[in-house]
Amino acid sequence: MKPPQTHLLKTSSVVAILVVLNSAGNFFFGLGMKHIGALQGWSRAALHSAFVAVFSSAWIWLGIVSMLLYMVALMLILTWADFTYVLPATASTYAVVPLLGHFVLGENVTGLRWMGVALICIGVMFVGRTPPSTTKKG
Amino acid sequence: MRSAITLVVLIFAGTGGDLAMAHAMKRLGEVNSFKPSVIWHFLGRAFRERWMWIGLALMTLAFCSLLALLSWEAMSFVIPANALSYVTGAFGGKYFLGEQLTPQRWAGISLVTVGVALVCLG
Repeated sequence: MKPPQTHLLKTSSVVAILVVLNSAGNFFFGLGMKHIGALQGWSRAALHSAFVAVFSSAWIWLGIVSMLLYMVALMLILTWADFTYVLPATASTYAVVPLLGHFVLGENVTGLRWMGVALICIGVMFVGRTPPSTTKKG
Repeated sequence: MRSAITLVVLIFAGTGGDLAMAHAMKRLGEVNSFKPSVIWHFLGRAFRERWMWIGLALMTLAFCSLLALLSWEAMSFVIPANALSYVTGAFGGKYFLGEQLTPQRWAGISLVTVGVALVCLG
């Protein structure tokens, strides 16, 4: 049995990795799709060329790798932490993306969005102060 | 009507998929080492779990529902509405996985749900 402090550190570290991988995955997908441009209609030829363009993009592949690693990290953390602990904690991604948009890309973030970021941060803090696991180990 | 039904499918299939995967992971037991060989062995065991495959099937259904919904409705409606899955997930965690939800955790989940909706609407 691990000491609670070590367990909490392990859980917090994997949650941080989840947030980074999910944010990175979404960022790479967004970047990749911006490079590819809008879909030129729904014809078979247009869908085929879009498919080729998507899977030829290095950004898309970086996104796929990030999301696969995210999935593995999520599976690992769910072996010991509560689903109702992990799910809200990973919602930090919704707060990280507007923060990155504002401070890194200089995007304008609306008041409503800042309010949402603040609520997510408070909510995650609330959940983070509860025990990560409340069930008996299977 | 079509969008409302698809939204319900999206929320319940998405939550069901996450819960099924969480159930499969709980059955495998805690992973204490992050060595590549241990993770590789863990993944091999995970994909032999029936609940894992049920979870993946439900996640696929949720993903298809999301794509369909996005083709009919504005993203500014779909993504905040999908934040409701945090609430269904909390109920699923309590009644399906037997997790103990303290008032503090309920409050946190509610704040996150409203926060995600505001970020997407903003």
